[in-house]
Amino acid sequence: MSEEQSTTEEGRIEGADGPEIERVLPADETLAALATEFASARFEVFEAAGASWDIVNVSADEYHALVAAAQAAGYTLFIDLCAVDYLRRTPRFDVVVHIESITPARRLRIKIGVPASDASIASITDIFAGANFFEREAYDLMGVDFTGHPDMTRILLPDEWEGHPLRKDASVGSVPIQFKASYKTT
Amino acid sequence: MAGETTPPGILLTTMDKGVNWARTRSMWPAAFGLACCAIEMMATGGSHNDISRFGMEVFRASPRQADLMIVAGRVSQKMAPVLRQVYDQMAEPKWVISMGACASTGGMFNNYALVQGVDQIVPVDMYVPGCPPGPQSLLHGILSLQEEIMAGTIRR
Amino acid sequence: MSDTPDLVTGDRETPIIEPPVSVTEVDEGASRREVHDMWVAGTEEPEWVRTATDEGAQEMLPEGDDPAAAIQRGIAVDDDFVDSDDTDADQRQIINMGPQHPSTHGVLRLHLELEGETIRRVKPIIGYLHTGMEKTAETLSYMQGATNVTRMDYLSPFHNELAYSLAVEQLLRVEIPARAQAIRILMTELNRVASHLLWVATQGMDVGAVSMMLFGWQDRELCLEFFEKVTGLRMNHNYIRPGGVAADLPDGWEDDVESLLVKLPAGIDRHEAILNKNPIFLDRTRGVGVITPEECRQYGVSGPIARGSGIAHDLRKAFPYSGIEQYEFDVPVGKHGDVLDRYFVRMEEMRQSLRIVHQVLNTMPAGDYRTEDRKVTPPPRKRIDESMEALIHHFKLFTEGFRVPAGEAYQGVESPRGHLGVYIVSQGGARPWRLHVRAPSFAAVQAMPVMMTDSLVADLVATLASADPVLGDVDR
Repeated sequence: MSEEQSTTEEGRIEGADGPEIERVLPADETLAALATEFASARFEVFEAAGASWDIVNVSADEYHALVAAAQAAGYTLFIDLCAVDYLRRTPRFDVVVHIESITPARRLRIKIGVPASDASIASITDIFAGANFFEREAYDLMGVDFTGHPDMTRILLPDEWEGHPLRKDASVGSVPIQFKASYKTT
Repeated sequence: MAGETTPPGILLTTMDKGVNWARTRSMWPAAFGLACCAIEMMATGGSHNDISRFGMEVFRASPRQADLMIVAGRVSQKMAPVLRQVYDQMAEPKWVISMGACASTGGMFNNYALVQGVDQIVPVDMYVPGCPPGPQSLLHGILSLQEEIMAGTIRR
Repeated sequence: MSDTPDLVTGDRETPIIEPPVSVTEVDEGASRREVHDMWVAGTEEPEWVRTATDEGAQEMLPEGDDPAAAIQRGIAVDDDFVDSDDTDADQRQIINMGPQHPSTHGVLRLHLELEGETIRRVKPIIGYLHTGMEKTAETLSYMQGATNVTRMDYLSPFHNELAYSLAVEQLLRVEIPARAQAIRILMTELNRVASHLLWVATQGMDVGAVSMMLFGWQDRELCLEFFEKVTGLRMNHNYIRPGGVAADLPDGWEDDVESLLVKLPAGIDRHEAILNKNPIFLDRTRGVGVITPEECRQYGVSGPIARGSGIAHDLRKAFPYSGIEQYEFDVPVGKHGDVLDRYFVRMEEMRQSLRIVHQVLNTMPAGDYRTEDRKVTPPPRKRIDESMEALIHHFKLFTEGFRVPAGEAYQGVESPRGHLGVYIVSQGGARPWRLHVRAPSFAAVQAMPVMMTDSLVADLVATLASADPVLGDVDR
């Protein structure tokens, strides 16, 4: 199980997945403006055949403001939000947001570390209304709480389900069939 | 059925045979499409495979009007109570075909979310293998079920 | 990746999306009435009515402000509605649609709050097909993973496999041979046609054109026959895998594709002949289920819905994958964001996909259908008989699977429903640490309240069908 350690002031910790990312201002103007505005933002670039991504790691405190600034800077298309459980790393969870700018065609991945002791983070539903279902899914399957979300309830699993199945300490295996009282009609 | 001694124009049969014949020749399935198999079930009802050759083209939306539930697809834990309720709403006599690997055994998804076989919730008369079973497989399953019914008695 | 492609259609200035009635300033709310307006007795008969039917429109509704007539004409949709504060709570009723309902395209459940026949609030409730595929993916090796993802969006299995394979290949950094890439494009574009044909079948049926159901399935069977010949299965193919495709195209595939290229356009023409001038279809779709471009961006809605409302965005143009940039095609874009525009966009997309298929047919490169990289690809059968090492290698590859370097990759492809993305986190093992799928239908279902609120109950079915949600994709 994960033991909690205090996060450094950047909010992003040298974890199991590699060394600390050096703070280099990105070449792109828009991203450089974001990098100077947000002290905790660490930019990197992922390049592979047929794909290139700007990646920014940011602390949970500045996350909401950074998403808002990115939207104002042209990343208007909301793509995806999900949570990843790294189990033995601190912070344990990552919330990963993908947003896209249509012209020019660019994509940005925003990653926020979320500790297991207080698995909660600001909701961005007030910026991107479409984050609503995705945040509910992350809550349902991974147990990350989004504060400020209008309806933080389970979405895919039944309401009375216990636990968060996509966490690494939840078992994969089948569970015995649960019968409930016959269907409620309102 | 018709004996040699009966006068022309009169057909004699047993109650069982007559009733079963009527049951099998106009079996109305409840449209219980869930996942991939539902698409193949609809393809079976489409013009290419034409399930109406067997008197079954009337997919009823209401379980009250259906005799046969084709469970087409994976049954999740959340869907299981709904499925059972739909089954309960169907009028007797009723039959269930479990279509595809997921409905029959959970298929490749042995995990927290799926019911490992719909026979844990409702009695199943016929299992159709495949992932998804093609229209021919489903038709074969349906015809096998019809044979089964013909071989049985009225009381079930 | 640097220059932004010109997404607006090249061939046609406004691709066939002009509605038969002259509608001016449709985007303005004030003229919404005109969109819904039908010809009433005593006024001059519009031109399109005469061309559409022999005797003119059948509706002989009285002119004037009779509220019942207004509702029947469909103009009471959202311009006549006064704010809900005046209405008593007991004037509203809540009804539940689904999860077992023939028009919800699966097991979608909608909570509707109605006032009379007008929908005031919609709440989609999903999860009735939640299969836990993201968890299952963590227990399957990378090679087995394609089996899993292909069952998510079961109407476009090739796109799922493609997104997954491309994401894994990003992490592996392997080169895919040109022939494998071309085969992938061929199959995915044919899959797009098959999926849209099914969509037009169900959309037609949901607004009352049952004949579409028969014709649509008939044409889709043609595609499925070809898929079966190539992959061995009609659906859930597991054909596109990390490293290439599972097998080369069968002998004589050119003839099959050529025959498809003759039959499918004829089928599409037939669909348009049935629907394009059908007054019932037009009335039930024009101005129904409107979503604005801004709402599309906000809600992450993509694909034909977003393009129907005027966002000229297609991942095949914006972020080309698998060599699709070699082929010429246009991206149809609508204007009004209603069901009718989505219909036109999808019909044109089918033609454009067939155009790509035609080019692939003419330019199919020779070569291997999977990568040479022995780390990913099992040794050929002949080598296994000869070499012990190859046998061990083969055994290891299929029992343990290949290892993928640590990292994370996201790959989006343009599925028939929009932006389908696969996000993979690898920790260096033979199985993904986390696999997340960004499902286009998930976003579309989320945006349904936007499209449906303040419309009539009867229009709900048309709107729902036009979003083309696949519940396997929504719930995963």
